[in-house]
Amino acid sequence: MKGGMSSSMCLLVSIIITAASLLSSPVASDLVISKLDRRVDLTSQIVRVTSTLKVKCTGPEPVSDVLVAFPEHQTKFMNLLLSTASEGKGKPSAGSVSIRPVQPDGVPPSYAWFLLTLPKQLGKGESITLNVFAAFTRILQPFPEKITQGEDQMVVFKDSGYFLSPYLVKVQSLTFRLPEGKVESYTKMENSKLSGSEIKYGPYENVPAFQQSPVAIHFVNNLPFVVAKELVREIEVSHWGNVQVTEHYNLFHGGAQSTGEFSRLDFQARGKGPAAFRSLVAKLPARAHSIYYRDAIGNISTSNIYGDTSKTLLEIEPRYPMFGGWRTSFTIGYGLPLQDYLFHSDGKRLLNFTFGCPMDDVVVEKLLVKIVLPEGSTNISASVPFPVQQSEETKFSHLDMVGRPVVVLEKRNVVPEHNLPFQVHYKFSKFSLLREPLMLITGFFLLFVACITYMNADLTISKFSPSYLAKLQWDEVQAAIQQVQNIIYRSLTIHDKLEGSLRDLSRTGDVQVCKAVRKTADSSFKELSKELKPLLTFLQSSPQALPIFSKVDDLVAKERDLQEKMMLKHSTVVDSYEKKSGRDIENKIVSIQQKISALRKELDELLDIIDEI
Amino acid sequence: MVSKSDTLNGVVKPDLIPTATTLSSIFSLKTLKLKTKQKELLIRVSILCLVYILAFITRLFSVLRYESMIHEFDPYFNYRTTLYLTEKGFYEFWNWFDSESWYPLGRIIGGTLYPGLMVTAALIYWVLRFLSFAVHIREVCVLTAPFFASNTTLVAYFFGKELWDSGAGLVAAALIAICPGYISRSVAGSYDNEAVAIFALLTTFYLFVKAVKLGSLAWGLASAFGYFYMVSAWGGYVFIINLIPLYVLVLLITGRYSMRLYVAYNSMYILGMLLAMQIRFVGFQHVQSGEHMAAMGVFFLMQVFYFLDWVKHQLNDIKLFQAFLRITVTCAVGVGAVALGVGTASGYISPWTGRFYSLLDPTYAKDHIPIIASVSEHQPTAWSSFMFDFHILLFLFPAGLYFCFKRLSDATIFIVMYGLTSMYFAGVMVRLILVATPAVCLISAIAVSATIKNLTQLLRGKNKVALSASGKGVWAINLCLSRRMGAIALLVGAFYLLSRYATHCTWVTSEAYSSPSIVLAARGHHGQRVILMITITAMGNRTVIVDNNTWNNTHIATVGLAMSSYEDEAYEIMRSLDVDYVLVVFGGVTGYSSDDINKFLWMVRIGGGVFPVIKEPDYLVNGEYRVDKGAAPKMLNCLMYKLSYYRFGELTTEYGKPPGYDRARGVEIGNKDIKLEHLEEAFTTSNWIVRIYKVKPPNNRW
Repeated sequence: MKGGMSSSMCLLVSIIITAASLLSSPVASDLVISKLDRRVDLTSQIVRVTSTLKVKCTGPEPVSDVLVAFPEHQTKFMNLLLSTASEGKGKPSAGSVSIRPVQPDGVPPSYAWFLLTLPKQLGKGESITLNVFAAFTRILQPFPEKITQGEDQMVVFKDSGYFLSPYLVKVQSLTFRLPEGKVESYTKMENSKLSGSEIKYGPYENVPAFQQSPVAIHFVNNLPFVVAKELVREIEVSHWGNVQVTEHYNLFHGGAQSTGEFSRLDFQARGKGPAAFRSLVAKLPARAHSIYYRDAIGNISTSNIYGDTSKTLLEIEPRYPMFGGWRTSFTIGYGLPLQDYLFHSDGKRLLNFTFGCPMDDVVVEKLLVKIVLPEGSTNISASVPFPVQQSEETKFSHLDMVGRPVVVLEKRNVVPEHNLPFQVHYKFSKFSLLREPLMLITGFFLLFVACITYMNADLTISKFSPSYLAKLQWDEVQAAIQQVQNIIYRSLTIHDKLEGSLRDLSRTGDVQVCKAVRKTADSSFKELSKELKPLLTFLQSSPQALPIFSKVDDLVAKERDLQEKMMLKHSTVVDSYEKKSGRDIENKIVSIQQKISALRKELDELLDIIDEI
Repeated sequence: MVSKSDTLNGVVKPDLIPTATTLSSIFSLKTLKLKTKQKELLIRVSILCLVYILAFITRLFSVLRYESMIHEFDPYFNYRTTLYLTEKGFYEFWNWFDSESWYPLGRIIGGTLYPGLMVTAALIYWVLRFLSFAVHIREVCVLTAPFFASNTTLVAYFFGKELWDSGAGLVAAALIAICPGYISRSVAGSYDNEAVAIFALLTTFYLFVKAVKLGSLAWGLASAFGYFYMVSAWGGYVFIINLIPLYVLVLLITGRYSMRLYVAYNSMYILGMLLAMQIRFVGFQHVQSGEHMAAMGVFFLMQVFYFLDWVKHQLNDIKLFQAFLRITVTCAVGVGAVALGVGTASGYISPWTGRFYSLLDPTYAKDHIPIIASVSEHQPTAWSSFMFDFHILLFLFPAGLYFCFKRLSDATIFIVMYGLTSMYFAGVMVRLILVATPAVCLISAIAVSATIKNLTQLLRGKNKVALSASGKGVWAINLCLSRRMGAIALLVGAFYLLSRYATHCTWVTSEAYSSPSIVLAARGHHGQRVILMITITAMGNRTVIVDNNTWNNTHIATVGLAMSSYEDEAYEIMRSLDVDYVLVVFGGVTGYSSDDINKFLWMVRIGGGVFPVIKEPDYLVNGEYRVDKGAAPKMLNCLMYKLSYYRFGELTTEYGKPPGYDRARGVEIGNKDIKLEHLEEAFTTSNWIVRIYKVKPPNNRW
């Protein structure tokens, strides 16, 4: 249907101009538009219309509302309508203009009307400059609708040559900016001309109210018509210092459908395929890190990152060139430092993030922004500068018990102009941050406790089986041997002390200290032998200890021998010090020393052997 | 000044020395008061932990290079089924009829696969989810193989300990952790049955050996469960069910029959068989298929043996027993033979399958079943790939066998038999190197461990010998010294070899076994049905005519017929199969040699096996397969040729070569002017690897 319409539009260049002035005007026409300048930007798939109106009040009554109209075939695709007011060119803005759609009586049909409420009333003779900005998507009709690989993509855009207004327009002009100079045809009116990549209509003077003259432009537009059927942006806030952004794209080329055969040879060697796009550029924040680009199969290696201090540019190439109607889906993700986006404000936390798609000139049919807040966040509210659909859901991630609250913002038909910051306020206690580490610590602690319990628990079913009893006995024997060894080690340390005292003696010559050491050593030796006795009798009586007992006995005997030798050496040295006959000490103790070292060696070996058991 | 500093030093020194000594004594191992045994345990456990981690991380090369993704075509199918299992639950999975593959027949997935792998991955996934780790099922699937490889090292340790000692166990664990023969099938992302099957195989064997050693019912039952797991995971379970009876038979023949063996085998066989019947794909094969009859025969033989033993015990007369023995054995053999004969004749017992035959006779498949022979993994193994996959283990293997024979026990007899049979099979089929790997590692570990232990004992015992020999003269000391030097040299040599092995394994893993072939894959933009033997269903969500899992030979042959016919004949076939898109893999631009042109002869053979219209010689010139000007006319005009080389004649692939130069085969193609009548190019990837064609609707009659 659209094809038919557009073709008829295209062919019928001259259109009857409706005499709108014949209509009785119900709208107060105390206003006059003294100067009107319309600029239509057709250089991408999004049509941006900027109108600058200089409105002058001529009637006696002050006026506060201005009516503007857009053709119905355009408003269907309108995504954005903004308006600002200023006192004149170059002057600061005079305040915001509120817009609401209205349906006045007695106006030409097939037009949508909007009422702009001025920031202040306009008295007689006063004038104000209004800037009206409107963005339209999917309004450029591809014509022809299907093209082959090598053809250019051509589109048709329809508008009115005169600005449809209930007011008299004194001077008006219209400019179309095209992506390139290739124009198939355009509606010719007086004062219309094509220069370079611009088509100009006007200036026209004193156009009465409701005057219109349809114009159509059929031109080449090979710029990528990237449309995201759905874009899900997941912004996960971690209070450990990271904001993780994951974006799932489901894209298609929204331009003229590709038809016929695709030849790789023509595409590659002859560069045929002007309407296809090969790469996309996402503009990420400068401090984005850990950037990835993948799809269901895995990493897509055809990507590149550039960047400077103000931004990071991620250039990605889909797996295949995108022709009209072709689809692709992929995921990009990156991390951002938390401190750039999270702030405190009166006891609450405030996340400030950008809303729209980071890629240039991508139209998003359905955008879902999901803000995943940490577990335990409460009092969540989001504020977005334009109307969106809000809902909440829960997401379960690592080590979550109750799930993380997710704020879901949904908006249809999003254009780059929607890339505005939005805020999410929530409350989050610092202690919730420690919950997960504590949980892990507890988990591991319990695991170790369970292990220890298992190792120490006696899980034997029958407590009187011979093998069990034998095992018990063997445990006792081992414990006894352990104790014996400990005692030996202790006495060996005493030996070391005695040796040390002798060394001190040779340095300081203090005999009394040395004697005191010997005394304490003597008493502790006695204690040790007292402790040793019951252990030895136990080992002797136990049948299990039979094979080892001889070794243990040997060990104890050797140790006692060592004790004696040590004491002998000690007393000899001390005696000779007392008699001041230091010369021959070495000779006197040399034989004892030899025996001591031999004994010591044997002792060590015995200890090793007992260790092995 | 000088004197002052001297005195200063003099004062400081005595203070410093004692503190230093006490510090060193605090930190030395001796003060930890660890017994030698505890030290040994500590070292052993830490080595095992390191080996466990090593086995895992050495398989992660692919993840580091290509992201975590599923490699190859079979793993992708497994991934798809696992996804289905986790999404829909076990019951749905078990009854899944997949209408997207094998169009128009469809495929009963639940009844034609081994579910062990999917269930394992799903269980791991569910456990992790329960512990609230939000992992994706893909990550679980990717890491299943390395995880089970790590577990295999633990089993190898226990097995080695059982066979020889804990030293051999440690060496076995270390060897198997990095052995390329195993890594080739267990890198991250290689989500295939073999990934868990080798673990199951080794566990079953270990538990069975343990059961035979202890004669314990518990271990026997454990091995039956291990066997069940193996059956649920991989078709290679047939190896177990034939090797274990063979082992039992050898023990019987060598007079090592014991009550322990009786308990172990019977418990394992009966319970294992009953459990295996629960797997739908296996069903009643344990009692109905010729491949499983050996186990049953040995089972009956065991009963006869036991009976005879009992009779021998009752009868004290040797002569009487001899007569009785003769009668019983004749009867038993007779009854067995008759039962087998009747079973086979009546069709109750199915004969051996082609795969089984081709194992026993390597030339069988080539002559009779081209579809089996067409798989590259089923080719006989080249020497180089033995060297590539085993490296020094190839030389340690015979040495280990020597040690095993030197210390024969039930366990070493088992490993010897396992090693020898699996080495034979590895020689027959490339893919069975995988089965041989654990045996080779274990036996080599015995060789390494025994040698090094002997050598180090020689070194450590030296001091005492030298001291005691000091009285006996210079000659003895010289001998000792030279032996010592020899031992050191041998040890250094052994460590050099082992380090070379480690280097080789790491190199092989990173270079050869970690690149996913799925990288070649590409997807169509709006297709419905695509032809070819790869898993497009899983990746592109498209209905395909022929998927992996070759369960219907005729269907594959029909595709083969279409590809080897002229375009208009092929068009009729494709119309009858409702084909929308045809996909070929082509390597002429990149030099990728395993493309469809190189595999085309197998397609011709498979197609010719069912449709005699296709004759292999039509595509050959004097028995030679060519694509250049000298190629056979049928070859130059068949659909496969046309689809692969469509408009290739206009492309210059290599500088200094004429246009249409095929880099995979190194020739200029013979037919450069290819016109397609019923098909049109829908998409070709940037390196021409995947080419997709659209089948045009039929022309109007007027």
